[in-house]
Amino acid sequence: MWKRALTATLVIAGMAMASHARAQAPEPYAITPELIAAAQKDGKVVFYTATDVAVAEKLAELFKKTYSGIDVQVERAGSERVFQRVGQEISSGIYNADVIETSDAVHFEYFKRQSWLVPMVPDEVAKKWPEDEKDPDGYFAAYRAHLSVIAYRTDLLPEADAPKTWTDLLDPKYKGKMVKAHPGYSGTVMTATFVLQELLGWDFFEKLGQQQVMQVQSSTEPPKKLAQGERALEIDGNEYNIFRLQDEGVPIKIVYPAEGTPLAVGNAAVLANSPHPEAAKLFYAFLFSREAQQLNSDSGGLRSFHPEVKEKTSRTPLSQIKLLHLDPAKLEPMIQEIKSNYEKYFGT
Amino acid sequence: MTDIAMTTWEGRRRSVDLSIPTFVLLALLLSVLVILPLFWIIYYAFRSDANGAFTFANFAALVTDPTLLRAYGLAVGMAFAVGVLSCAIATPMAWLVARTDLPGRKFIRVLVTASFVTPPFLGAIAYEILAAPNSGIINVLYRKIFGLDPAVVLVNIYTMSGLVFAIACFTFPYVFTLVANALDKVPSDLEDASAILGGKALTTLRRVTFPLVLPAMLAGTLIAILQSLTMFGSPAILALPAGFHVITTKIWSLFQFPPQLGLAAASAIPLLIITVILLRAQKMVLGRKGYTVLGGKSGSPRIVKLGKWKWAAGLFVLAVLSMTIILPYGAIFKTAFTNTASDPLNLQTITLKHWNFVLFEFSATQLALRNTFLLGILTATGVTIVALVTAYLVTRRSIPGSNYLGLLATAPIAIPGIVLGVGLFLSYANPTFQLYGTIWILLIAFMTIELPAGYQQMSSSFAGVHPELEEAGRIMGASRLRTLWDITTPLLRTSVIAAWCFVFVGTIRELSATILLTTANTKLVSVIIYDLNESGDLGAICVLGIILLIASFAVVYVANNVPVLGRSREPQTT
Repeated sequence: MWKRALTATLVIAGMAMASHARAQAPEPYAITPELIAAAQKDGKVVFYTATDVAVAEKLAELFKKTYSGIDVQVERAGSERVFQRVGQEISSGIYNADVIETSDAVHFEYFKRQSWLVPMVPDEVAKKWPEDEKDPDGYFAAYRAHLSVIAYRTDLLPEADAPKTWTDLLDPKYKGKMVKAHPGYSGTVMTATFVLQELLGWDFFEKLGQQQVMQVQSSTEPPKKLAQGERALEIDGNEYNIFRLQDEGVPIKIVYPAEGTPLAVGNAAVLANSPHPEAAKLFYAFLFSREAQQLNSDSGGLRSFHPEVKEKTSRTPLSQIKLLHLDPAKLEPMIQEIKSNYEKYFGT
Repeated sequence: MTDIAMTTWEGRRRSVDLSIPTFVLLALLLSVLVILPLFWIIYYAFRSDANGAFTFANFAALVTDPTLLRAYGLAVGMAFAVGVLSCAIATPMAWLVARTDLPGRKFIRVLVTASFVTPPFLGAIAYEILAAPNSGIINVLYRKIFGLDPAVVLVNIYTMSGLVFAIACFTFPYVFTLVANALDKVPSDLEDASAILGGKALTTLRRVTFPLVLPAMLAGTLIAILQSLTMFGSPAILALPAGFHVITTKIWSLFQFPPQLGLAAASAIPLLIITVILLRAQKMVLGRKGYTVLGGKSGSPRIVKLGKWKWAAGLFVLAVLSMTIILPYGAIFKTAFTNTASDPLNLQTITLKHWNFVLFEFSATQLALRNTFLLGILTATGVTIVALVTAYLVTRRSIPGSNYLGLLATAPIAIPGIVLGVGLFLSYANPTFQLYGTIWILLIAFMTIELPAGYQQMSSSFAGVHPELEEAGRIMGASRLRTLWDITTPLLRTSVIAAWCFVFVGTIRELSATILLTTANTKLVSVIIYDLNESGDLGAICVLGIILLIASFAVVYVANNVPVLGRSREPQTT
């Protein structure tokens, strides 16, 4: 049933956005002792996430330490698989998840239209988040952001040989040396593929497909292939995984091309009919707290929209990087085309 | 024997014969298990995803969509290559083990049989660690030893041939077991006759022994082909990085958002048809098996003295065992204890980091382990009981029409795991049957998948028990089911336990149907291994793999040493 609904909505995607009834965002809420007590009664919260599993588990650990007696079940998969799973579950009448987070902005517009979300606005989001990074109706907000970056192993590829621009990647000298994640699986790469295709055209991907690129699934995976030394250069992949590897001492460098670097915003929201509504509410507010956001930045390498979060000085601040932003409304009708073109050029 | 009959004699005389209700119940159960998913696959194949109307468009896409055709072509090519390679490795090895004086041949046989426990997807991951073109341990060592440039690659597992090799390593035990058993049975008098008539050893081998085991070789090869054609895990791990789909991964990708259920159902149907054709071929081949045991077991099989060839033979066997057992397990152990897979192994790099992550930080571990073993035990017990009763009704032909039960119990063998996954998803993931998201849908899937194997084992062992013992029980007034439970089952104890273990191991290594049917609360170890592979956490995978293997060996060991069937400890009736 949701397939049919989707087909219809895909057609009128743009219109639906415009004509969506603008409800007022609900009143912001604070973390009160009553909320904590109610959440403790729920005893558990289920978090569907696309953030790297180690980062997400660390966050869960902090939550459990801060609010005793509430267990966190972390369910990690690539954004598109989280989306697929939630879609399958809800259309089968199963409500497993409390809080959901993916790095594909299209998902949240879709969830909102399907009325799968509960609007709620934590205090912190209301007061401190930039207007662009939260839903005006209060259904979701940007929990994290990261870039999809070109990066290389400095010991396997001398700095002079490293690419400077996107089109440098088409140089035959990189043949068989690159690794890349898949847009059918990763929301980050879906976003990146769309903005790069706008910037450089499909022609770029067609030529890239000739470069014997190693194809992996999740955008967390190319950095790990670099760490293993399986490939010297990644075409896309999470910036935050690279930061983590750099912190571990792996010799990796990021390239921010002058043409721009794709930005993937990871929204979070609370699902309607969630099995643990109070715990979900508490966990959702916790996600945007300064402590959680700082942890994401320190140990996770994620970018944060919280103005008080301090980034490590070793990282290039977002303000110095040219960003390629995504318009979700434009991407949504293109998804099928991107996937079939991608399969044509890369084989899977 | 009278002991058994006497102890529970009282009260049996009055009991009703339950065989008819049992028959009806079993027939219903098997029909639901087998026919329902197939019905939904066919229904959806003719249904348009866009508007739900009747359509042939999905089948048209099968012929016109080049990506689907390519996936089918590659899958069939891969499967045949695996079949041929498995046969080429397994046959000489089976001959060496069964018919020569090779030292340690009994041990080798046990080792190959035990390697059956390795889930193929774990083997594929082990080969990623060993033979990835740049970071693979084999390539790194090769370059180091010969001081070569980093661009030199000795082996690359992310290719079609790499995939074929990695699958064949874990399917050759099928061929090996069949051929070795057949060689055991080849009557030595025929070979003696050839030798007496002046045939040299090689001539005897070529003209007598080889033709006699040919059916077993072909049958084993067909099983290997079938296994690899319907396999999901290994291609997903090795073919996707190489940039191609086989049909199982292609069907799986059709479930990506927005899911194309109609096309997925339609693309599953040719796979079903190919499987049926292959099984028919196997039946035709095995149908001629009669003459392999023509002379019965006359004396012990002739043992060929290897002499100076002993070293060559030993090296060959060692090479095969290294590739299928020693190297993969070595790689898995090394990765579980070092930071990244390519780190050199020394005291500084040894770490328990991955163990700590899997056991204490990763919240899915416990749930997945619990689910996996719960389902393994439930499925094994369920399948053994259903297979036992079905095999009894069929072999003893106590009720007209019981043959159809046998047919239904064997039918699932023709349904590839991923097709069954599609079918079950379509059948039970709707608001009417809310089984999707529970472990019951997985139990149904596993029981359906494992039923044929369990049934085959039970029915062949029934053939070995003479009905006179059961007749004695019947004469004493016991009902059929009481007789089955009190007399036949204890007699079949070893086979029952073997079947149970076989099904258990089969269940915990299943991935192709599972991948479509699990949700957050019904995670299985095989699925989290697959998820972790997608995010590149090799260390954690290896830890989970080791836990899975140790636990399966433990369960198999316990099952073989604890009297599962209550009455089996009683008088040694056999």
